[in-house]
Parts: sequence; C-alpha cells; structure tokens
Amino acid sequence: MSRRLHIEIFRYNPLDPSSEPHMESFYIDEYDSMTLFIALNIIRDTRDATLQFDFCCRAGICGSCGMVINGRPGLACHTQTKDLPEHIVLHPLPIFKLIGDLSVDTGVWFRDAGTRIEAWVHNDHEHFDPTQEEARMENSLANEIFELDRCVECGCCISACGTARMRPDFLGAAAIVRVARFYLDPRDERNAENYYEVIGNDQGVFGCMGLLACEDVCPKHIPLQDQLGIMRRMLALHSVKGILPKTLINKLSHKGCCHENH
Amino acid sequence: MQIFYTDLLCIGAGLAGERVAVEAAKAGFNTTCLSIVPPRRSHSSAAQGGMQAALGNCVMGEGDSPDIHFADTVKGSDWGCDQEVARIFADTAPIVMREVAHWGVPWNRVEQGPATYYKGGKPFEAVESKEKHGLIHARAFGGTAKWRTCYTADGTGRSVLNTLDSMCLRYNVNIHDRAQAEALIHDGENCIGAIVRCLRTGELMAYFATATLIATGGYGRIYKATTNAVICDGGGQITALDTGLVPLGNMEAIQFHPTGTVPTDILVTEGCRGDGGTLLDINEYRFMPDYEPEKAELASRDVVSRRMQEHMAKGFGVKSPYGDHLWLDIRHLGEKHITTKLREVYDICTSFLGVNPITDLIPVRPTQHYSMGGVRTNKDGAAYGLTGLFAAGEAACWDMHGFNRLGGNSLAETVVAGRYVGKKIVEFLQGHAVDFKQSAVRDAYIKTEERIKNLAGNSGKESAITLRDEMQHIMMDYVGIFRNGKDLQTAVDKLEELYARSKNIGLQGSTIGFNPEISLALRIPGMIKLAQCTALGALKRTESRGAHTRDDYPERNDKDWLNRTLAYWEKGDSLPTLKYEDASPYFEIPPGERGYGGGKIIQADIPAEKLRVPEKKASDNAAPAEEKK
Repeated sequence: MSRRLHIEIFRYNPLDPSSEPHMESFYIDEYDSMTLFIALNIIRDTRDATLQFDFCCRAGICGSCGMVINGRPGLACHTQTKDLPEHIVLHPLPIFKLIGDLSVDTGVWFRDAGTRIEAWVHNDHEHFDPTQEEARMENSLANEIFELDRCVECGCCISACGTARMRPDFLGAAAIVRVARFYLDPRDERNAENYYEVIGNDQGVFGCMGLLACEDVCPKHIPLQDQLGIMRRMLALHSVKGILPKTLINKLSHKGCCHENH
Repeated sequence: MQIFYTDLLCIGAGLAGERVAVEAAKAGFNTTCLSIVPPRRSHSSAAQGGMQAALGNCVMGEGDSPDIHFADTVKGSDWGCDQEVARIFADTAPIVMREVAHWGVPWNRVEQGPATYYKGGKPFEAVESKEKHGLIHARAFGGTAKWRTCYTADGTGRSVLNTLDSMCLRYNVNIHDRAQAEALIHDGENCIGAIVRCLRTGELMAYFATATLIATGGYGRIYKATTNAVICDGGGQITALDTGLVPLGNMEAIQFHPTGTVPTDILVTEGCRGDGGTLLDINEYRFMPDYEPEKAELASRDVVSRRMQEHMAKGFGVKSPYGDHLWLDIRHLGEKHITTKLREVYDICTSFLGVNPITDLIPVRPTQHYSMGGVRTNKDGAAYGLTGLFAAGEAACWDMHGFNRLGGNSLAETVVAGRYVGKKIVEFLQGHAVDFKQSAVRDAYIKTEERIKNLAGNSGKESAITLRDEMQHIMMDYVGIFRNGKDLQTAVDKLEELYARSKNIGLQGSTIGFNPEISLALRIPGMIKLAQCTALGALKRTESRGAHTRDDYPERNDKDWLNRTLAYWEKGDSLPTLKYEDASPYFEIPPGERGYGGGKIIQADIPAEKLRVPEKKASDNAAPAEEKK
C-alpha cells in the first residue's frame, strides 16, 4: 500500500526582507522507487515553483544534492523514500552559506579550501614533452589515488563535523583527503615540510576531534578517518623528527602507511 | 549592472571549458569560466567509461595507431563527419592522454603478466608485456578495432575533471559558478561577451570578452527519458541560435545509449559491455550475435540501440510498469571486478534500482544520451557567423562524430578539442583587438531584462513546466530511435504550436532574489527551438545515417545526403531555416560500409580532387602554445 508522505521543508529567501525562516509542509503520494530527487521535483512542479534545491546528475556522482535528511547529512538523489519514515524533514546543510531554502554555497567553500591547500600536482607542468611516453606508475598506486579522487565534495562530511561547527577555518575531511591524494601521488613533488605548513595545525589535521561523523555520513564511503589518521601520523612524526632517533622514526613512519616510499 | 572584462570567457566549466581555459591561462591571458554549478559538478563528472586514444599499450591494443582510430571514427560517424577534424582528433588524442597523466590523472596502468579478460561473456587469458608495465591501460568499447579506451576504474570523468579543475586553480582561472549566460553580446559581426544571470541573486551582469567559448555540453533535456544531467538544457546552443547569425550543425543527429537503466534513466557505462557484459532478452537469451555476428554487443551504439528496439518490438522485451526493457548481464565478471572496475555501476544498481549486479540482471533500454549536433564550428573551433565566438565539446558540432559517435570518443573529444581549440583561441587573442561597444551590451542587456520584466509582470496563462513536459513527450513519441515522415511532421507542427504558446508564459511566485521558476521560464522557448531544429532537420533528411534512422528511407543516401544540416533561426520566425554544406572537405577514407549494422547505401560520385589527402600536419597539433606577446 503506498504511503502519503509528509515532507517538511526549511524555507527562507535571504534576499527577500519579508521572508522569515520557517518550515513548510507538503503532502505527496509515494510510489515505487521514489527518491528524494523525484519527490522534490514533484513538489516544485505541482506545488511551489519557487522552491530552491540543487540537483545535477541525479545519480550520486556530482555531489550537488547534499542536505540534512531527518537530521542526517546525505545525498538526496540516492535516498529512497521507502527507507525513511512517512514524515520526512529536510534542512539545508549547515556550515555552508545559505542561498535559499535547501540550496547552499558549497562551490565557494571548496574553492577556498582548494586554494588554501594548493590542490594541484606540484611539478614543472611546462616540461611536458609530447613526444615522450608517459611516466610509468604501478596500477595499484593509481587505484589508491583514484580511491581518494572519488570524493564528490558534497559537503556532507563538513556538515557532520564537530570541529567545523566551532572553527570556521577548519579544512575538514574532504580537504584533508585531497591533500592525502596529492601526498600519495609521486607526480607531486611537495615534501612533508610543505604539507606541514598547509595542514600541520588546528585548521588542519590537528583540529580533528576524531568523532568519526565525517566517515559515517560519506555517501561515497571514502576512508576519511584512515586518511586523516595517516596524515596526522606523518605530520606528527615530522614534527618530532629532531627529537626521536632516526631509526625509530623510520620504523614508525612505515607502519600502516603506504606513502613513504616515493 | 556589474561589468566584468576578461580576455577569454568560457561559458561552461566541464572538461572542454576547463581544458580551453587552462590553455589560455597558461599563455598569460585573463580567463573566466562561467558555470551553472560548481565546476566539479559538471555533467563531465558523470562520465564513467573512458577516453579513446591510440596508445596501444595493452596486449589487446597492440598495433593500434591514430590511423586505425581515425578509420574507426570515420566509420562510426557513418561518413557524416569532417575527416580533417577526425584526423586532428585521432593524431592528438594520445598526446593529450599523456599530458593529463602528467597533470595527475590516475589512469589505470598495464600490469605485466597474464590477465583474465572477457569477451561476449566468455573469459580468456592474455599476457600483458613486460615492456609496457606501468603505462596507460585501455579497455574495449563499441565500434573499435582495438582496445583503446583509457580509463580510471569507472570514474574517468570524475578523475579527469578533478585534475583539470586543479589546473584551473593552478593557473588562476576565474571561476564564477552559479552563473548562467542568457544572451551573447555582439554587434552583428563580433561576439564580445555575454549577459549573465547570477543564480544566487537573480541579478544580471555583463561580461566583456575578446573571445567567447561555448562549452555547455548537450541538450538531452529536450527529451523526457535522457541520461543527461538536469543542467543539460542546451543553454549555450540557445544563446548562439538566438543571435540569428550562428547556425547549429546536424541537430537531428541524436544518440541513444543502449544501457540506460529502467526506470530512472541513469546510464551504466559501455565499459560493462566492453569488459564482457552481454545483453539478454525475456528468455535470458543472448540475442545480439544473431543480429551482429561479428561485433555483437560491441557494435556501435546506434546499431546496438536499434537492434534492442527491434528485438523488443518482436515481443522479446521484459514487461514492466515502466514499459518494456531488456537485461544487461555482468554477473560472470565477478564480485571483485564489479566492485572495483565497475564500482559506480554497482552503486547505481544497488542505490537506485535495488538490484545487485553481482547476482542479478540489470534492467536496461536505449535512452537519449548524446547530441552529435551543436554550435557549428570550423576545424579551429571558431563558430560560423560571428568572429570571436568559439565552441568545444558536446556543445559544438566540430564534427568528428558525424551521425554517430563512438563510446569513449566524446570524453576524449572534450580534452583533445579543448587543447586544440585552446591553442587556436590563444592565437586569436594574440592577434586580435576588440572594441567593447557599449551599444552592443545595452542591446543585449535590454533584451534580457525585458524578457524577465515581461515574465514577472504579465498575466500569461501558460506554465513553463507544462510546456517543458509537452515538449519532452513530443520528442520521445515522434523524434525517437526510429523515425518516419508522418511522425516527424506531427512533431514539427506540435512544436510550432508550443513555441507560439511559450510567448505567453506566466509566473506563479514572486521575483525577489534568485528564483528557479524564472530560470525555467527563460529557458523553455529556447529549448523548444532546439527541439524544432532537431525535428525539422530529421524530417527533411530523407535517408538513414548513423543514429538517424528513417523507416521510410532505410538507405544511407550518399548521393543526396552526404552533407551537414545547418539550422539558423531568424528573428521573428516560427521555424528554423535549414541550409546544407558538404560533410567533409575531402575524403581520406571514401564512403563505404561500416562492417556492422547492415543497410543499403546509395552511392555518390565523388570528384577525384575530394579524394586527395592533403599533407598531414600532426606535428602542428603537438606544439605547445607560445607565450603571450
């Protein structure tokens, strides 16, 4: 028997002085395979054409539709209504600037984070020789890099993060994983010292309280906490390099960490 | 109104837009990318399968060369492509794949030793050579003689887009996201930028640019069932068509992808079939070898889609509440392969369909997927009709795809054309000064502002949502995989009526700040125009070529139709004006049979001088752009 869903949506237009933040209820009939993408489009098409929300690929690949679904950040496109109770409450992601209703500005936030961590492969780009074959790489390493490149920057991890709530300048799991991706990549010629300057502080890896919510809510199941741990370990060891004996550092730095060889 | 000045304005920041931007920014020009969404959310991110380039590293790609890639591309296009462009593309592709590897793309690599691959559902062993260990690997895709599709698992678009976006950061490309170009600024001869609507505040802005690039992707959203993202509404093509000066090429050439999932229309990659997946009917019988003994599931997309449709019409489809479909079977590839190399497919099946592809069959049917047509450009990517306007990627009809593009060729096109056209734009910028005429910006601004004012203030009775739904259904019902004169005439008539109605759209809500309702209302008349260019082009083209299949004209007619349709929309008209030009300046490979898909060919007499091949200049393509002078 199909259900009648009660969908309660946060409404606010920051550009309209007469608009007050409030919750608005919509009722729609559920049908087979209904996702929140379908439900929200039905609401916009048949109830309120001005409702703001973001979807792009609607297939869980672009990361546009992060929102708080019954209290938990997630991607709306691959959330099926059958997995939710009849009463569904939708809020915009916190931390990010609100554009209107369920739409938030993740683009500016991630651009800023990318700039701060200089999120590109640091090498001599000009020295690409089109006549030469490509530099070789182990397939296993390529796969490891891709594992971290799968992040869609939906912002769910940032929204679920205790530190990000307290520190507006905290880089958050998505940005630290991006650093880890470059650290892993032998084409990036930055060393531990360079990375320490970028994330070896309270805005970076040492700000993380280890609450693990980022990994819990990641819709792409990226091992965020592992990467945070690995980066923190690497940088912590880097900071005590002059104090501990070299043999001990070498021993510790190889344990559980695949990054040290390149 | 805020006014921005920039050397190059890229409308669209997917793979093509960002690759062009990187080229110009590297050469020292101020470059700005506009994007409806943050760049990493572009539809390019959804591309799974890979990029074709004749590197010939893997054992199944041994002996591959740009010549073979070129031949596959020309055959795939059903001889509808510009062969000069296809040649530039095939020659440049390997260089570009290496270049993006240098910048950080984690391509899957060759691992020496024996490997188990699948073909037609059957496993076989092949030994990868020691000399090639660590070089870029490739997988099989439809319509290719060799395994040539470079890939990163099934997230190729994502990984290449991340890399190019990082290069934009590296070279200080200005990214203005949540910005939508509504009209080009031009003086009748030169394009000098665009009027842009801010999708945060709803305000209009003007961008003056010496060169303007349209790289906004496809326009699949004119169809109801499409694999395209919701932003693929043809915005760039509409701004070009609205000038009345710039034609769109081959708009009737619409590709259907064989494996759109049912009911959500999300694509699962051709890599599934490339890696050995098979298509099954209601009896779980593998039917493709009966139709295409040689290529089976790996014939080109137009052929496989048509065969599937034919087979379902014979009653072999699986009935479902959402209509008939067939099955895609990848179970034999095993859990490891499916959860690594096809993980995105695994996620899509489990999250959206409730199907586990390791143990279950995947419901699929042909779904609108790609538009070969777009803003017509010459081989340098310069649009016809306006100086300073360029186009690249799916938004363009650069025309290496002709009437059917091969899987893996479009994703490769974005970066190959991006690099090539980027260099040509750099040359243009180095040698061009432009007069930013205030009168031109005023004209474009007033036009857009009036449209918005009229929408906000009128008592129009038409709903943009209803018009959109009607248009999408007309396209599905009358301009689908199999076409005929009667249906196409119906589509043209209905769309003409719809276009007239679109002048009377009214709004429900208020207009303060940004409003998604206005976005749709502004877009719909243009989308109907694109649909009309598609329908009328298909009606007039009385032959079957590539993805364009007429029941009433089953032959490929080289005698009369070895050409490209150019659609113009003149001010005040209710229908496009169609003109035609030769498909290719010369034929390095004279028109012949594709070797799959069957069909009769009405042959053309091609003059000897058009069969002469000019001297190749592959080295031109490889040279780096010079520094700004």
